[in-house]
Amino acid sequence: MTDYKFVVGSSPHLRTSENTPRLMFYVLQALFLVAVASTILFGVRAMAIIGVSVLAALAAEALWQKGLRQPVTVADGSAAITGLLIAFNMPPLVPLWVPALGSAFAVIVVKQFFGGLGHNFMNPAAAGRAFLVSAWPLAMTSGWLTPFDGATSATPLQVLGGSSGSLPEGWQMLMGWRAGCIGETSALVILIGGLYLIYRQVIDWKIPASFIGTVALFAWVFGGTDGWFTGDVLTHVLSGGLLLGAFFMATDYVTSPVTKRGRLIMGLGCGLLTALIRLWGGYPEGVTYAILLMNVATPLIDRMTIPRPFGTRQTKVTG
Amino acid sequence: MNLWRILTNGVVKENPVFRLLLGLCPLLAVTTALMNGFWMGVAVIFVLTSSNIIVSMLRKVIAPRIRIPCFIVIIATFVTIVQMTMNAYLPDMYEILGIFVPLIVVNCVILARAEAFASKNPVVSAAVDGIGMGLGFTIALMVLGGVREFFGTANLVINGQPLFDAPLFEPALIMIMPPGAFITMGVLLALLNVMVNRGRSGAGA
Repeated sequence: MTDYKFVVGSSPHLRTSENTPRLMFYVLQALFLVAVASTILFGVRAMAIIGVSVLAALAAEALWQKGLRQPVTVADGSAAITGLLIAFNMPPLVPLWVPALGSAFAVIVVKQFFGGLGHNFMNPAAAGRAFLVSAWPLAMTSGWLTPFDGATSATPLQVLGGSSGSLPEGWQMLMGWRAGCIGETSALVILIGGLYLIYRQVIDWKIPASFIGTVALFAWVFGGTDGWFTGDVLTHVLSGGLLLGAFFMATDYVTSPVTKRGRLIMGLGCGLLTALIRLWGGYPEGVTYAILLMNVATPLIDRMTIPRPFGTRQTKVTG
Repeated sequence: MNLWRILTNGVVKENPVFRLLLGLCPLLAVTTALMNGFWMGVAVIFVLTSSNIIVSMLRKVIAPRIRIPCFIVIIATFVTIVQMTMNAYLPDMYEILGIFVPLIVVNCVILARAEAFASKNPVVSAAVDGIGMGLGFTIALMVLGGVREFFGTANLVINGQPLFDAPLFEPALIMIMPPGAFITMGVLLALLNVMVNRGRSGAGA
């Protein structure tokens, strides 16, 4: 990936066994849990979507790097993660070429065009989904099924937005027994995967916590049908792609701030935008767009939140 | 400079869109279809050639300090002619191109050529430069419009006749929306740069 012979970061120079493939491996472990859950819920169909999406991501990265005579870095696992996340954002009845094209777009246009891993300016999976939604809106916003029985049904967010249908019970939403994208429904498994990553120190708790917390707060204050402070917090938090996005997409190293305050701002901004789009926007779900907008704002957030070095006075940010 | 050099200069070496990155606003806005690009290009060729001729003829009369307003008045005259002609004979296309026909007045390709070429060169050279630059602009518009229309509607409409009976595949709507313009433009620019650089390194070796 790196084209320099030597890369020297700023001190302190600590030795660690953590490297890119290792971190990606932890993320893959967590995502594997989600993949198993979605296969249990939506059957062979989910497995096919996941398989096609991951294969397309890996193939796109390998072909691109072979074609440009770059070192092939498929083995580091980042393309596989992108493929998995794209697959998790698909409705169960999506035609299989949709996730394949989405993964190829995410890897080639969003990641490799900008210089490969570490240089993408947006989360590839989120950008891939946004591309698919505007390219084939019908395929991406219909074809919802309830797990196990395979009956077509509206998603909880569509019901909240006024579509006919009934909301599932809280425990059903927790276990993933509701209509939705194949990888976003199983809230409990996503939580376990996310907590595992926090325990492994792969991701920071600040982004998911402030992200989900902000959405919950706004849903409670403004989301109700009869006045303020009557919103259905549980449904808002457990439905849509919020958990998946908060734990696995908003925490992407490349496109999230490095400072502690910056991460809180990132999560807050994501939550605010998600709530705005869900409650008053034209789309039922806004997690993807919230993450993408905050991705673009990340360099600014980083610059605004440069921490004060120990023993110095607060200086004004210049330049 | 011989005239052939001047003509090809505008199409290839200094293509206003792909090499100079001028006139991108109408380029990104109207290229949702091949024919839109074609008619927009025709309008620009006419305005650019005519304004180049007049600017070149008046180049010794116009006081340098007020040259830009003079250029604008000349350009605006020809844009008005194009606008009225299109409105009369191509009302459908006029409707589609909309505000971007009057906006040719402030198209930076035209002002750039008046300033950089026509005001310093004899009439014949200026006319050929106008045609060359206009052709380069038209080709760019048509390539961009063609690519976007093909992927965005899975078909191509030429002169009101669809090229294929049915859409060839599920069309990617994003390509005829604004993001599609930016993505296509970026990819085309990158491809062109790759080709130019490859040619250069080959010649050097």
